[in-house]
Amino acid sequence: MTAQTATKKKRRISWGAIFVNVVLVLVVLAWSIPTFGLLVSSFRSRFDIQTSGWWTIFPHQEWVTVAEFTPGEEVDRDGVMTFEGVSGTFEELRAGIKDGSTQVIWIGNKRIGKVVVQQKEWTAGNHDFTLENYQTVLGGKTFQIQQPDGSTLTVQGDNFVNAFLNSLIVSIPATVIPILIAAFAAYGFAWMRFPGRKVLFIIVVALLVVPLQIALVPILKLYVGLDLNGTFLGIWLAHTGFGLPLATYLLFNYISTLPREILESAFIDGASHFTIFMRLVLPLSVPALASFAIFQFLWVWNDYLIALIFIGSKPDVQVLTQRIAEMVGSRGNDWQVLTAGAFISMLVPLIVFFSLQRFFVRGLMAGSVKG
Amino acid sequence: MEQITEPTEHRPVGDQEVKSRGPLDWLVTNAARILISLFVPIVTFIGLYAGFIFLRDSSAPKGVVAVVAIIWGVGGVAALYLVSNWLVEKLNDEWRAKIQPFVFVGPAVAILFVYLLYPTVATLRLSLFDRNGEIFVGLQNYIEIFTNRSMFVAFRNNILLWIPFGALFTVVLGLLIAVLADRSKYERTAKALIFMPMAISMVGAAVIWNMIYDTNPNIGMLNWLYTGITGNDPVAWTASNQPWNNLFLVVVMIWLQTGFAMVLFSAAIKGIPSDITEAARVDGATEVQVFFRIMIPYIRGTIITVTTTVVIFTLKIFDVVQVMTGGQFDTQVIATQFYREYFTTRNSGLATAIAIVLLITVIPVMIYNLKQFGETEAF
Repeated sequence: MTAQTATKKKRRISWGAIFVNVVLVLVVLAWSIPTFGLLVSSFRSRFDIQTSGWWTIFPHQEWVTVAEFTPGEEVDRDGVMTFEGVSGTFEELRAGIKDGSTQVIWIGNKRIGKVVVQQKEWTAGNHDFTLENYQTVLGGKTFQIQQPDGSTLTVQGDNFVNAFLNSLIVSIPATVIPILIAAFAAYGFAWMRFPGRKVLFIIVVALLVVPLQIALVPILKLYVGLDLNGTFLGIWLAHTGFGLPLATYLLFNYISTLPREILESAFIDGASHFTIFMRLVLPLSVPALASFAIFQFLWVWNDYLIALIFIGSKPDVQVLTQRIAEMVGSRGNDWQVLTAGAFISMLVPLIVFFSLQRFFVRGLMAGSVKG
Repeated sequence: MEQITEPTEHRPVGDQEVKSRGPLDWLVTNAARILISLFVPIVTFIGLYAGFIFLRDSSAPKGVVAVVAIIWGVGGVAALYLVSNWLVEKLNDEWRAKIQPFVFVGPAVAILFVYLLYPTVATLRLSLFDRNGEIFVGLQNYIEIFTNRSMFVAFRNNILLWIPFGALFTVVLGLLIAVLADRSKYERTAKALIFMPMAISMVGAAVIWNMIYDTNPNIGMLNWLYTGITGNDPVAWTASNQPWNNLFLVVVMIWLQTGFAMVLFSAAIKGIPSDITEAARVDGATEVQVFFRIMIPYIRGTIITVTTTVVIFTLKIFDVVQVMTGGQFDTQVIATQFYREYFTTRNSGLATAIAIVLLITVIPVMIYNLKQFGETEAF
């Protein structure tokens, strides 16, 4: 390879790398901005949220008042008025008339309003952050909130701590139980001979398609009869039932591709199926188990519909998503608490995701698709 | 664990000893065995039941309840497997070989029958009955579905808007990002941030995107950009410009699911042996050729799996629409129509018929998924 082609190649690669990284940065920005906006908004007061975008925390150009005066009585407010070199009707002035980098704007009503001259200037951004929203959302007591106009507002706290614990109680067993059951079943389907094996497996996989809405009503009737409605056991089993087809399918794909020789030699050594499963297959399947566990945990934690149907309005048992959905319904414009509540509900999944991320790369793919 | 392995190792020896001692000893030994065999499951059952009662009636502090509930739930299931297997391993070889597979797959199959199969059959039956499930009406509900305008819109949205835009963008974007990320030094960070929305609930995503679509330009980023650039009035993105308002809901799904597709594709790409791609590059193949001629065929299985998974997910889409628009402004989809007919209109016949139609729509997609089975042999 001559020196010339070497440099040529080098340059091409570095251009490619720049292109790749630029595109990647753009995609990452597009994907992160919505969540970032939510996070920023959750630390802003109600007044700030309503009057300025969360993006004004960054340095930006803003209209800054350089002069203001009250027009005298002699100004004809119904005709065309001229101030500071711009002229327009009241409506036009009210909307603001721009002239280069200055803007003249009428503030207030027609009779006693004032005229403000503004200039576009750089500002460092609005950094008035507060933890008040989180105090309101987490606590169960009432709070006094000082409003921008000086009055105080009494707000009932949302008691998210309780809902948070309920989400944990629901999610952890509803993650472990289906994985345990599915792992046993996957092993059975992959490595054991029994009549009806293929038919049963096809049924299991075919049930992947059953939209859970189909199952809700018959199960609900069953639960009412068994007094399981609003119990943790009821919702664990429901999540288990709805998560099992996928769990079995994914774990089957993984467990069935484990090297045959390892299992054969264990059999020759006299190990039982149960021993092989516990001592050999489960440890070997840790990547698949861990990655499916993360997915199932996120699904259960984030589920709203199943909780709504099987927990309903029992406040002691309600989970986070239910509390937030209630807030969306009743206080849809209270962005300061909605954003804080939504962020609290995202906290655990985000921690789980970022701390256990290394399992993803090896795990789920190996489980879901062979090769 | 000790309980489990012990019987397999010692039983043959035990059997011999029993036979050599005579019938009375045999009976005594076996009576003890039978008693133990009964005793262990009963103790397990009582323990689990006590836990159930405690959880149902206790007024202990929330933290204590949380710990007990988690241990009870997880430990209970594990205990059931341990005990039933312990019992099966006490049987002779022939019976054990017959019964043990059902200890393994039985619980899964039983739960699936109760939670999915039986309800499906019940739903199918109800779809042939009237709104209260009392009078047999034949296919009347299905005729209603295909002549009703509201249902027509739901089908249009689901099949002509959600699947082409949602599934296609999710899969293509996921694949492209995976390929790009694979070549970047910042792969880990980029993938983590793109995957992050998967950690967010649909309810949370609805809050996030409702905020972005808000008509107040100080809250809604999209309207801030739109009014700033065009000078027009703010737009209610999810309500006006039908049917394109649907696409603003589809964006939410793409945002949520692309990370999922990307993670799967990324892992598949890493599974491609680098000597294959290197050999192609040495032979003068361009990056585009490497992508289409080597990567795509190599990860074909993954592409099929991801596509079918996303299409099924898209067909079942419910939460995003329900929380963001409630199915108003012609944004209804099949699943929200089902919900509306059952829980609002209270027409169980029509609702269940919709559910069955949804099921039938999904079946063609499933055929791909099922093809993967049958290639694997039993041990």
